[in-house]
Amino acid sequence: MAHTEELYLGKKSYNVIGTRPIRHDGADKVTGKAVYTSDLHLPNLAHGKILRSPHAHARIKSIDVSEALQVPGVFAVVTHDDFPDLENKVANLGEAGMVNLLELGANCLAKGKVLYKGHAVAAVAAASTHVAEEAVLKIKVEYEVLPSVTWVLDAMAPTAPILHENLRTDFMGKKEDKPTNVALHLQFEKGNIAEGFQSADVIVEREFKTASVHQGYIEPHVTVALWNEDSRLKIWTSTQGSFVCRQQVAELLGIAVSQCVVVPCEIGGGFGGKIAVYLEPVAALLSRKCGRPVKMSMQRNEVFEGTGPTPGSFMRVKIGAKKDGTLVAGEAWLAYDCGGFPGGVIGPGCMCVFSCYEFPNAKVDGFDVLNNKPHTQAYRAPGATQAAFACEQVIDELAAKLNIDPIEFRLKNAAKEGTRRVDGPVYPRVGFIECLEAAKNSPHWKTPLTGKNRGRGIAAGFWFNIGCASSCSASVNDDGRVTLVEGSTDIGGSRTSIAMQLAETLGIGAHDVQPQVADTDSVGYTFLTGGSRVTFATGLAAYQLGLDLQGQMKQRAAEIWGCGADTIKVENGNYSHNGHTLSFKQLAAKVAENGLPPVVGRASVAPEGSTNAFGVHIADVEVDPETGKVTVLRYTSVQDAGKAIHPSYVEGQLQGGAVQGIGWALNEEYFYDDKNQMRNASFLDYRMPTCLDVPMIETIIVEVPNPTHPYGVRGVGETPIVAPPATIANAVHAATGCRMTSLPISPPVLWKAISTKA
Amino acid sequence: MPVVFIPTPMRDLTGGEATVTVEGEFVRDVIDALDRRYPGIKDRLCRGDALVPGLQVCIDDTMTRRGLNARLAPQSEVHFLPPIGGG
Amino acid sequence: MSKKTHVTATLNGETVEFLCEPRHSLLEVLRDTLQMTGAKEGCNNGNCGACTVMLNGRPVNSCLVLGVEAEGATLETVEGIASHAHLHPIQQCFLEGAALQCGICTPGFLIAAKALLEQNPNPSEHEIRFKLANNLCRCTGYDKIVKAVQAAALELQKAAP
Ligand code: FES
Ligand code: FES
Repeated sequence: MAHTEELYLGKKSYNVIGTRPIRHDGADKVTGKAVYTSDLHLPNLAHGKILRSPHAHARIKSIDVSEALQVPGVFAVVTHDDFPDLENKVANLGEAGMVNLLELGANCLAKGKVLYKGHAVAAVAAASTHVAEEAVLKIKVEYEVLPSVTWVLDAMAPTAPILHENLRTDFMGKKEDKPTNVALHLQFEKGNIAEGFQSADVIVEREFKTASVHQGYIEPHVTVALWNEDSRLKIWTSTQGSFVCRQQVAELLGIAVSQCVVVPCEIGGGFGGKIAVYLEPVAALLSRKCGRPVKMSMQRNEVFEGTGPTPGSFMRVKIGAKKDGTLVAGEAWLAYDCGGFPGGVIGPGCMCVFSCYEFPNAKVDGFDVLNNKPHTQAYRAPGATQAAFACEQVIDELAAKLNIDPIEFRLKNAAKEGTRRVDGPVYPRVGFIECLEAAKNSPHWKTPLTGKNRGRGIAAGFWFNIGCASSCSASVNDDGRVTLVEGSTDIGGSRTSIAMQLAETLGIGAHDVQPQVADTDSVGYTFLTGGSRVTFATGLAAYQLGLDLQGQMKQRAAEIWGCGADTIKVENGNYSHNGHTLSFKQLAAKVAENGLPPVVGRASVAPEGSTNAFGVHIADVEVDPETGKVTVLRYTSVQDAGKAIHPSYVEGQLQGGAVQGIGWALNEEYFYDDKNQMRNASFLDYRMPTCLDVPMIETIIVEVPNPTHPYGVRGVGETPIVAPPATIANAVHAATGCRMTSLPISPPVLWKAISTKA
Repeated sequence: MPVVFIPTPMRDLTGGEATVTVEGEFVRDVIDALDRRYPGIKDRLCRGDALVPGLQVCIDDTMTRRGLNARLAPQSEVHFLPPIGGG
Repeated sequence: MSKKTHVTATLNGETVEFLCEPRHSLLEVLRDTLQMTGAKEGCNNGNCGACTVMLNGRPVNSCLVLGVEAEGATLETVEGIASHAHLHPIQQCFLEGAALQCGICTPGFLIAAKALLEQNPNPSEHEIRFKLANNLCRCTGYDKIVKAVQAAALELQKAAP
């Protein structure tokens, strides 16, 4: 039974939705005019630089900044002591979750201890970046180096070096009593797995591990802060959520949110990694100290070593099925690392591991584990990709053992409306079966793959939609064009998908709406860009804004025609009454001509979160047995978008997610040496896919409308990355007979597997 | 009456019961009713006047942010799950 | 701080003069001294291509070129691609083909693609992928970028006399 009200309008045809207009910010972005944070040049600007820990784990005995302050051109130095006292307070960052301020502050500037190599320790503001770089080297830090740990299972061992002495495992409300690195133990159970496995004809159990990977946005973190003498703080920054950034900064600095304005500049990618603050509060502290605006940007090695990654993991998955292919039981044991501070993504990992199928009996245990890596952040469908890598390979193996086609096997057990998830709730209308059918009927699946050392793999993925608050406002100009002000930072064309929903609602053209992303003083609260929410939730706000504007336009028309507003009919943007008809544009002109009050509308919404979108991926690979190199020959991504507002940008999400996932599958990893130092913190050695590494990515958009959105939109941004590593691994297995249970499936690893098999 | 799905680690308090049917118009009422029947469960679910930071309420298939103030329908299912963020 | 050098170059058809320290990269000079911020910094060590500009007719990573090396050089940046209020066909094809999401890599790709098509007006898909492999994009998965370059090649061939 659905709890949320049904909003879907069930429209059969659209004027704007489903078309492919040029994005509104397009010209700026192809001519170099778009302003990203690092493009800002303010008068009297100072440049900041961070001193970072050279050790993976150490106690800070002392910090001496006196010499750094002597460097000509240095304006200010800050350390953790410059933060106000941050009690052990938990700030509710809306849906960014609960953030422990003490920990957030200690991640921005270390307090007492450094917990990973690259952990920020102090910062300098100076006349130029070069001077600041020279000055940070003059800061003297005395460390007591401690033993460190980076592999998740080692970190769980009773003998492991402990990161936070006072931490105790939280077993969903029950506290253990020993010091540990296990911050959280989650458990879900459905049915009775012992009975379930007893009734199974075939059981497959395997262990998997994955390396940490980075979100890899091309724009490094960058921020400009200006703390004015009137104690107003202004921040220009690269963030996925200006309001969420504002709240973190205000809480950390102990000021009211309304004292701080965050201006979201254009953002060069985020993927979940630009939600937590790193530089913003530090730049603010420096600015207050030196009385100038301060700009701080990270170098690429700082981005790798000081921000991001998504968890490394160890997983054990066991699934049992009947001869006819019915799944009877599943068991998963997942340990995800969270880096130096508690609070990783094990929750969604546990909720996603079995989310694609109907399991009558299942049990999932999950662990959030501290270790000496940067504190993990969300990365597209956080936690789901690792889990799918494990589950979808076991499913693949079961299908093969039972001699059932992998799509048929999945169809037989597919989650659908009414399926009870392992974590409890029952699915509403979802489109997994439709995606599987589309994959089955795709040109890719229907074309046989031939040739030596080649194989085809398939896998499925799932992610949620987090809903949350969005606001927007708009005014109708005399020429009938509508100026839209919204608060969702635009990372991939969302201005246009939001403007299109407003245009559709009003019956005007996509380019009759001019969207603008505003700062936190100029638009109502809008939660961040992430969680597959913007086109859904801010789109819903745009729809309601459209209704508001339309209602006002009707009132104006009623005044012009001297009739009741409720007697006016609106169809396709035409307002008519008694034989008179005015188009939206004509009516807008008449409003001005007749001196009527201007039409200004607004809307704010806060839809709840829900289960959301499924995807099915197919890959063909060729493996070079001499080197272990995997070439992806062909790739198809199928996904339920509910309704694709701008199909090109939906395809773009599917394609981009697939390629990130291919990188995760084949090459990307944080490579640690025996001192737990990352050895590949550059784009040369951390190998993200280039265009030479991938084929065209074919896309199939399935549209099973989301009942909780007027146009049926489901978020599409995250599901695309869930299936790729499993898909590639299944394809590699088909090509080589080797079941690759660790990520990445890099050439040396695969070569070894092939050689030892033979 | 709403049906509360008891998180596995809390079933030590419910004598192993996985679901419990209790009266209540809001999540808050339901938790109070649960605590009357199974003393101690409120301590695991709440801190002060809010849910513990690591939990989110899910009513039927909807993850709500209204926490203890979320309203229930007579036949609602109530789940306590880890919060979902996103990238 | 070392002494600054006076440098004269041609940037997008105009003569520019600037002072720079020997350690300043061309990217720093363009972005910070000349305030031509179209070229982006993604890595500052030659591995992402976001800073690609044309130097004497060849695409280079401007983070790996010193400012002083630009003495007497002809430079072209993304700001110089469009002319007389008209987008270049490559820019138009990027827009029509939705070949950008966040757009941070776009200036580099546009320069690299323009250089490629000037050299080879009719490249195969593999040639496009090979020549653009210096440029990283994390958002698009490259599909629409490659297709936009293919579309631009056709446009430019149609326009050629
Ligand atoms: S910034 Fe020059 S190649 Fe990355
Ligand atoms: S569009 Fe974002 S990196 Fe290419």
